[in-house]
Amino acid sequence: MSMNRATAANMVLIALLLALPPLAGLMDGEFYIILVSRALILAIAAVSLNFILGFGGMVSFGQAAFIGIGAYVVGAGTMHAFEDGIEWLGNGYTQLALTVLFSAVAATVIGAISLRTKGVYFIMITLAFGQMLYFVAVGLEIYGGDDGLSLYQRSEMPGLPDLSDDRVLYYFSLGVLLLFLYLSHRVLHSRFGKVLTGCRLNEQRMAALGFPTYRYRLVAFVIAGVMTGIAGFLLANQTDFISPAMMHWTRSGDLIIMIVLGGIGTVFGPVYGALAFLLLEEFLSGIPVTIAGYRIGEYWQLIFGPVLILIILYARGGIYGFLQPRSNGK
Amino acid sequence: MTTPVLEARQLIKRFGGLVATDNLSMTVNPGELHAVIGPNGAGKTTLIGQLTGAIRPDGGDIFLHGRRITHMPTFRRSRLGLARSFQITSVFSEMTVLENVALAVQAHSGHSFRFWKPALRDPALREAAEQALDFIGLAPRRDEQVGNLSHGEQRQLEMAMALATKPRILLLDEPMAGMSQEETARMVAILGPLKKSVPILLIEHDMDAVFALADRISVLVYGRIIASGSPDAIRINPEVKAAYLGDDDA
Repeated sequence: MSMNRATAANMVLIALLLALPPLAGLMDGEFYIILVSRALILAIAAVSLNFILGFGGMVSFGQAAFIGIGAYVVGAGTMHAFEDGIEWLGNGYTQLALTVLFSAVAATVIGAISLRTKGVYFIMITLAFGQMLYFVAVGLEIYGGDDGLSLYQRSEMPGLPDLSDDRVLYYFSLGVLLLFLYLSHRVLHSRFGKVLTGCRLNEQRMAALGFPTYRYRLVAFVIAGVMTGIAGFLLANQTDFISPAMMHWTRSGDLIIMIVLGGIGTVFGPVYGALAFLLLEEFLSGIPVTIAGYRIGEYWQLIFGPVLILIILYARGGIYGFLQPRSNGK
Repeated sequence: MTTPVLEARQLIKRFGGLVATDNLSMTVNPGELHAVIGPNGAGKTTLIGQLTGAIRPDGGDIFLHGRRITHMPTFRRSRLGLARSFQITSVFSEMTVLENVALAVQAHSGHSFRFWKPALRDPALREAAEQALDFIGLAPRRDEQVGNLSHGEQRQLEMAMALATKPRILLLDEPMAGMSQEETARMVAILGPLKKSVPILLIEHDMDAVFALADRISVLVYGRIIASGSPDAIRINPEVKAAYLGDDDA
């Protein structure tokens, strides 16, 4: 494998991400650690969704539901640990295990039903499931209903540095992201990955070759659901807060935008997409220019929209498409 | 009589008011190449669709090696050795030639819940795929992206993929469509000896190829077989002449 432009860019990106906290510390930029932490966590969710959307061609429009599951496990866990004295629920390892369990069960049910449909119907039914879980969360008065719930404290992970330190959480999230990227890369080239790719390109052909495609797609859907759930676990810790808004369908849409922006179907693309999405949002909403009494920053989406359209029109492969010529495959 | 490899019994398929398959019965026997010809819209592809499981028949039964498979899903029929090629070239566009065939091999070498080792470095998949490409004459193009192949080469690839599944019967839906004369000749040279080991149901418009290869020809018109017999018998059958072959070829 020669070192092409994309690989070089990935290396530089990882180096920058590793170096960010000390650099930010030098210039008193704690804010950037928090901002990029958030980007890393959403990148984890985007990488997870890309696993089914990019590799497998399954446009799940309800992926934020799994973020919600992970987040509510953390939020509910710490609450019960503090208010009801069920201390083991405040333990991060327990919470991670429960996140994996609940995400897997939810993904199995949602996937088993949704994957019987195709195309637009699949998009709509995953959207419906996502919104269903959203309204369940709204209805959970015990966890604050619509208003959500502030965390008493972050997940306790004995043996690891304290997650309540933002730098620790940053590196923990970065570690999870790198792990998921490596897993995606391995799986993409494995037998399972080949089947997933084949299902995206031509499912009918796959069946004629003898593959029980439904089974493989369902397993991929569950894997992606669990990975996204773990992103939710991290997000709750990062924001010290949970609310139904985390699983609103617009969040699912944001994840899809990140993937398309970064480069759909590429292992690293969603990371660029998530970073670009959050940095653009931060930068654009901070524009201080005022026109006719309106501060441009407040209407940042007005600029963000056209930028997105331009990138999608002129850079077919997203940001990653700039880095890697398309014709040579992955 | 030995049991037929593949048998359709009184198959019926309607699309609304249109009867695409009308009480159709036919067999493919061991060692035989059975060709089905008929004008456009006669229901040839619908027939293949039902035999492979892509289309559900409204009536009748299908047997593979004597086993009833009428309602069996496509992938399971493939597991039992029923392989097909598609009328519209149906290969995996973003993959290389070798990757395409390796995927076909993979389909029949255990389950694919293997998440870690790179598939293409697995000698079991690679060697079988290379063998199939050798057989079909595409070996020199194995690392080419499929999109860069000529139409004829893609048809060959389609055939290599079908063969890589180690089929016990082949259903070929117009394999020569769009091929040059040279490519057609090569395909005829491949299919001729192949039918001894793998019986073939061939749907084809190229009459020279059909008459050169077939042991038996059935003529399908409006979903019904109006005649079935040896190439010589079909050639002189007046009904067939009137309905399909016309005066120009045959």
